[in-house]
Parts: sequence; structure tokens; C-alpha cells
Amino acid sequence: MSYFSDIYSGIKTLLTGMRVTGGHFVRIRSENITQLYPDNRDTLQMFERFRGEVVMPHDENNEHRCTGCQSCEIACPNGSIEIIWDRQVDPATGKKKKMIDKHIYHLSMCTMCGLCINACPTDAIVWAQNFENAVYDRSALTKVLNQPGSKLKAGIEE
Amino acid sequence: MMNIPLSITTTIHDWLFSIMPEGAATITEWVLIAAAYLALFAVAGLYLVLLERKVAAWFQFRLGPNRVGPWGIFQTIADALKLVSKEIYSNRKVDKFLFNLAPYFVIIASLMAMAVFPFSKQFQGFDINIGVFFLFAVSSIGVIGLLVGGWASNNKYSLIGAMRSGLQTISYELSVGLSILTMVLLSGSLQLSEIIEVQRTGGWLIFQGHIPAIIAFMIFMIAGTAETNRAPFDLVEAESELGAGFHTEYSGMQFAYFFLAEFINMFIIASIAVVLFFGGWLSPFGITEGITWFPEVLWFIIKVFMIILLMMWFRWTFPRLRVDQLLTLEWKYLLPINMVNLVLMAIVIWLNITL
Repeated sequence: MSYFSDIYSGIKTLLTGMRVTGGHFVRIRSENITQLYPDNRDTLQMFERFRGEVVMPHDENNEHRCTGCQSCEIACPNGSIEIIWDRQVDPATGKKKKMIDKHIYHLSMCTMCGLCINACPTDAIVWAQNFENAVYDRSALTKVLNQPGSKLKAGIEE
Repeated sequence: MMNIPLSITTTIHDWLFSIMPEGAATITEWVLIAAAYLALFAVAGLYLVLLERKVAAWFQFRLGPNRVGPWGIFQTIADALKLVSKEIYSNRKVDKFLFNLAPYFVIIASLMAMAVFPFSKQFQGFDINIGVFFLFAVSSIGVIGLLVGGWASNNKYSLIGAMRSGLQTISYELSVGLSILTMVLLSGSLQLSEIIEVQRTGGWLIFQGHIPAIIAFMIFMIAGTAETNRAPFDLVEAESELGAGFHTEYSGMQFAYFFLAEFINMFIIASIAVVLFFGGWLSPFGITEGITWFPEVLWFIIKVFMIILLMMWFRWTFPRLRVDQLLTLEWKYLLPINMVNLVLMAIVIWLNITL
């Protein structure tokens, strides 16, 4: 008797499969996920979790959140991040304090593993969504993340 | 002898016979018909490839070719131009004669099968009284081309592919034949134009024959897909196992012949299905029956494309069968069901309970 039940289940499963693909076929306009990339360059939105490159956001007062703790530098498995820092007198308290001079990021070495962003205690660095990273000169891939003249936002260290 | 005259062809026919002697005019007509069919072959082949790629993309959430021309409609023409310009290359140890012969076997078999289809009432190349039998005979010549090509390539994968195609065609030819026979039993004729005339009065054969006809249609579609070596029966050129199967060693236009012949075979299987089950060029419910200027060939083409779409749907849904599954399906399921179905159809006709 399994002969006939095999035929029945065979046809049933085949029709189930055809219903799935047929659904895709008729709903192609709404379900299509292909981006026509060079054509829609102006309107293209990358996904929230896309890992383009590491950036350090600055607010309108040119203040960042990086305390210079070097957690990211230590976390980075291949040395893509170098932090140049020194001790300066903090004008608010009058004490000497560690401050970053340059947060150097080598995009050419970065594997987009995201360990630096996980390690950062103050969320100073985040992922950007740009992906057009090709340049003509390799030195352009060595980026200084903190903008010139920027300083630490107040209240981050508490 | 030649049953071609559309109203245009009648004019050409009369004009040719008026300007040259009868023999020369006949030969000229033959050449013109051959050219027409070759053009049809090329255009249908190219656009079926494009359709396949588009449909495949839509089944998989993609867009498909869309760069060459609007909606990519010139993509396959560009591909064909590239293939024409490529060198026809063969390995040192191939059997030169058979290697070069094989593509022509495949393509000539497809072309000969095209000749007998009634595209519309007037547009039929060759209306013989054993049309179905001829189709069935000719469509199995193609497999010789595959076997010869695989053998002559002097390549293990090609040979495995060719042997698989032999095995597959021998098995599934039986099912195709028996399901066609079921419908011939109902229509009572082997002549394709006659089969269509039967359907003009009594409705399409798939409705006339109700249950056995629907079973025969299902078996025909399965076996026909296997005949054309398309997925899920593409063991012959299983990309993941054999490279490209029998046409691994072919390049340029010889490869294109195999490639186009596959799509033309699909067209042929769909055409047989349309003639035998869906009334050929007859309009559904006779809605364009009285309109004399309406091109009936349009109905034929629409129906054929519906069947082709169904075959593409199969291809992009089902996974490939293993060889033992292939043979189990044919010899344990399709063939016994088909034989029972043939008897069932005979009983239906005997008791006169056709619709």
C-alpha cells in the first residue's frame, strides 16, 4: 500500500515546492532584493549592521567620546589601530590627564572583525555604512579618526 | 504536397510559379521554407534562452539580464555573436569526424521535428498522416548526437554524461510514447491537423478525455522534461558532477548548437503537449472562431509558452534526481501507471463516457 501513498506524498511535496517558487515568481516586484547599484547610487541605503569602515562620530561642537583608553588598540588583532596620546593639563580640573592626539586607523589592514567597537567602553567608534573605499594611493587608507582641534566631550569619563 | 499557403504564401506561391518553370519554383519554395524554419529556430532558441534566464531569476528573487538593451532583450544575441566569433577548438585525441558530426545530429533532429507542427491552419511545413509517429521517431534521433558527442570527446566525464543520456532517453521514451498513445486512442488519428480538427467540435482533448487524459498529461510532462534532459532530470550535464557532461569539450558554435537544440527540444515537447492536449491553434471556447483575420498562430504560441513556463517552473524548483531514483521513477511508477491509464482510456472510449 505504500506504493500509492508514496505517489501521493511525492506529488504533494512537489506541489508544495512549486507553490513556494511560484509565489516568488508572481511577487517578484515586491520581493526582489537586487540593488541596481551604480544606477541607484544616490538613493542606496545600506543595512544597519553593514560593516563599512570604523569612524569616530563628532557632535556639532567638534567633540568626540574617545578617552584614549587604548582598549581598541589592544583589542585589534592585527594592529590596524594606533593611538598617539600624551598627558596634558585639563583646563577644567587643573590636573594632568591622558588625552588622544591622533586616533590612527589603517583601513588597508582592517578585517572588519569589529572587536575594537565591541571593546570600546564609551562607544566612541562605530561602523560607517559606506563601501566605496577604493583609492589610488595606499597612503589614503591610513585615516586619522579624530578631527583636528576636537576634544573630549564632557562627562564621558565619569 | 506542400501544405504551407497562408494568404501571403499563396501569393508568393502563385508569383513564383508565374515567373519560373515549375521545377525551379518548387525548389525555390523549399529553400524559402527551409530559411523560414531556420530563422524560427534561431530566434526561438535565442529568446527561449533569454526567457529561461529571466524566469530563473524571478523564481530566485533576482532580476536577470537587464543590461544589454531594454530589459536585457539583446543579451542572448550578444552571447550568440560572442560564440560565433570564438574558435572551434578540439583536443588532440578526439575522434575528429564524429566530434564534428555530433552537433548536427542534435540540431537536425530538432529541425525535422519542427517541420510537422501545425502552427496554424495554413502554416504547417509538412502535414503527413503519421505525424505523431514521425515526431516521436525523429525526436529520439537527437540522443544519438549526444552519445556520439560524448564518445568522440575522449573524456571520461563526457562519456558518463552521454551514457546517462542514453539510459535516460531509452527509459523515458517509453513513457512519452505510451502517454502519446493514450491520446491517439482518444483522437483516433496520427495526423496532427486531424487531431486538431477532432478538438474543434469536441473540445480540447484534455477535457474530452477527463481523468485518463489528465494522468496522461502529467506523465507526458514528466517524461517530456526527462526527454529534453532538463532539470530535475539533467543528469546528462549535471554541472556539479560532470563539468558540462557530453558537451564539455565543445566550444564556439558547436557548443551553441547543443545549447540551442536543448531549448528547441523544450519547444518541441511543449508543442506536442499543446497539439495533443490543448487544441493546438484553436482558441479557448472558440472566442476567435469567426474572426478571419485573427492570426491563429498566436494561440499556438501562447499555449506553448504556458507549457514552457511550467517546464521552467519544474527546473527551478526541483532538485536533481539520482540515477537509481530516475530509473525507479520510470520503471516502477510511470510505466505501470501509464499502462493502466491506457486501459482506462480504452474503457472510457468503449463505454463512450468521454466529455
